[in-house]
Amino acid sequence: MSRITVCLAVAAVLASASGAVEAATLVVTPGPDAQERLQTALLDAKPGDTVQIAAGRYDLTDGLSLDVDGVTVAGAGPDATVLSFKGQKGAGEGLLITSDRVTVKDLAVEDTRGDGIKSKGADDIRYLNLRVEWSGGPKEANGAYGVYPVSSQRVLIDGVVVRSASDAGIYVGQSRHIIVRNSRAEFNVAGIEIENSMFADVHDNVATRNTAGILVFDLPNLPQMGGHSTRVFNNQVVDNDTPNFAPKGNIVASVPTGTGVMVMANRNVHVFDNAISGNQSAGVMLVSYTQAFNDPAYNPLPRDIVVRDNRLGRNGWDPKFPGGPEIAKALGGPLPPLVWDGVRAAGGKPAEVKVRLADGPVLNLNLPGPGRVDAAAPTVSASVIDAAFAEPPAVRFEPARP
Amino acid sequence: MRRGLLLPAILLAALAGLGAAAPQPGVNLDLVLADAPAPRLSDYRLFLDAGADRPNGRVAPYDLVTPLFTDHAEKDRFVFTPQGRRIGYTATGVLDFPVGAVLVKTFAYPADLRRPDRDVRKVETRLLVHKASGWTAQTYVWNAEGDEAVLKRAGARVPVRFTDPAGREVALDYAVPNQNQCKTCHQVDGAVSPIGPKARNLNHEVALAGGGRANLLALWSRAGLLEGAPAPEALPRLAAWNDAAQPLEARARAYLDVNCGHCHSPAGSASNSGLFLTADETRPAALGVGKPPVAAGRGSGGLAVAIDPGHPERSILAFRMASGEPGVMMPELGRTLVHEEGVALVQAWISSMPPARRPGD
Repeated sequence: MSRITVCLAVAAVLASASGAVEAATLVVTPGPDAQERLQTALLDAKPGDTVQIAAGRYDLTDGLSLDVDGVTVAGAGPDATVLSFKGQKGAGEGLLITSDRVTVKDLAVEDTRGDGIKSKGADDIRYLNLRVEWSGGPKEANGAYGVYPVSSQRVLIDGVVVRSASDAGIYVGQSRHIIVRNSRAEFNVAGIEIENSMFADVHDNVATRNTAGILVFDLPNLPQMGGHSTRVFNNQVVDNDTPNFAPKGNIVASVPTGTGVMVMANRNVHVFDNAISGNQSAGVMLVSYTQAFNDPAYNPLPRDIVVRDNRLGRNGWDPKFPGGPEIAKALGGPLPPLVWDGVRAAGGKPAEVKVRLADGPVLNLNLPGPGRVDAAAPTVSASVIDAAFAEPPAVRFEPARP
Repeated sequence: MRRGLLLPAILLAALAGLGAAAPQPGVNLDLVLADAPAPRLSDYRLFLDAGADRPNGRVAPYDLVTPLFTDHAEKDRFVFTPQGRRIGYTATGVLDFPVGAVLVKTFAYPADLRRPDRDVRKVETRLLVHKASGWTAQTYVWNAEGDEAVLKRAGARVPVRFTDPAGREVALDYAVPNQNQCKTCHQVDGAVSPIGPKARNLNHEVALAGGGRANLLALWSRAGLLEGAPAPEALPRLAAWNDAAQPLEARARAYLDVNCGHCHSPAGSASNSGLFLTADETRPAALGVGKPPVAAGRGSGGLAVAIDPGHPERSILAFRMASGEPGVMMPELGRTLVHEEGVALVQAWISSMPPARRPGD
């Protein structure tokens, strides 16, 4: 204890000796020229500063951007400070963050033409207590992602509400060390999606009324591939029933309406202690990437997947994936809550896939290869236990402050 | 359609300032190197006149083989190099500009693009300044009289009207980028960088004022502005996108390199897309052939892949270039209009590719 005290004292002395500048608060209020005043504050802020956006509605015509490390962008609450992009004339997102150690909190972003808030190459980013929404409800013309951190390390999303994104409400791509918690995703195509990422904890969220609740995907031909080590736990994944409204061509456009949790082409994903019910296609679905690819480093199969101790309610009564209705008919009732495509080999290497699907019963489609629904040989078993897999360690980080 | 390069007579006159005592004070190098940008363009003394038409000593005009499309704006480009400093030649990438160099680009609209020398209204002048700590990007917006341009850091919309090459009246909300948006395109691995002045995109013949033609880089070498450049025939050369005499693929790839490659490269803003459109990219999937979108959203246009060989109508690349809608259009910064000639070029290139075999073919 005494040593810590000494260190703090030294730090304080050093700070004063170096003439450290006091952090400033740059206040922006609603009114004329809000676009220019807000953007100017985002340019003027120095590391440690806060850009405080007062309560009110801001009608913005262009994308905003922040490229200064260590800045906090704060509103007066997600229903009090509203950045409306209904009249947006340019840029691919509402707010773009490209610097490290940024916190954005307590505000709402509405009706962006593209993505809501994007951060790229922005380490130690924190999205806190936000609302991102398309006010017209689910529509194909809505932007793709609500909050969109990509190519970053140490990403925290906490207390974020996203509604009506035409791809994923909360999307984290090509990143490492990720926490998504205490958030709510509804009326999106995908509620929460972790893609091409390593070490993610997705917990204590609500994903409801989406097309699909929570996705853990890996896609080929991207700078970061080989997603692994994600834990999905203590979430409520319920009543995902919005018909898929994603523009075709996007990977989520192929997600069946009414999917709870979907794992595609990923390794070491643990899904446990979630409440999963009211999803008409499946409670939990494990599938291969089915499109053509030419990337030898890419593995299209889900493997080392654990599904255990979830509270599974009514799921799978009206499956919307190819072959689903026929299988349901053959089974004479709803599908089992866990559906696995059963692909065990890729690239000619047999039996490389092992899983631990303890929450039964399990429908195994036993496909001979990715997407070979034409050759399905479905079987139902109480569980599929190939091996035990060590759970990835909890993701812990305190984002470095300025 | 071009106003034409400010002619090398001016270039040579400008470079003559290398030795002769200039009658006017030279460029304000202290201001160029200062941390903070100057409030007015004229503060730098890059030009001898208020309208920024007559470059000061050591400020040399140049032009590119294939330029970026910016809503049909005419562009005048200049480079300033400090006394005693030269530009270092590099075969790939941007030339090695010395500290203190300034790249100047003025965006302007003639009232009628078919008469590019008449009734020209300047909109903004962008500067890339090479400070000791690296490059910075700033823009200066012109007043209606065209005699003063002031710093604008947070971006602006400027209403612009002109008659396009087809004789149509065009009105647009010209977008002056904010300082961060400059960097969105002008970056390599997170640091601000020029885009255009690469050897391959400067290696062309320009008309001389006194008649005749000369290679621009050879001219720069002769004037002592550039060092280390091999003879013109040994220099890399980008195709001119609009020169029908050059191969279609080379022209389309040059167009994509200049208009898309600054973001769509492994070191650019769109690195996470995995779609890389620089001139040196050779992997078909990275160029978009058969590549599904990653984060396109409605930008996919309901299409499955970036390039479907033989089928521009099924290619997201062409779809997004042909859109003027934010959230769909690409590039997402730098234009509000569709560049119809550019779209046609890329469509023709995709059409020329042998179609992929599909199931059932």
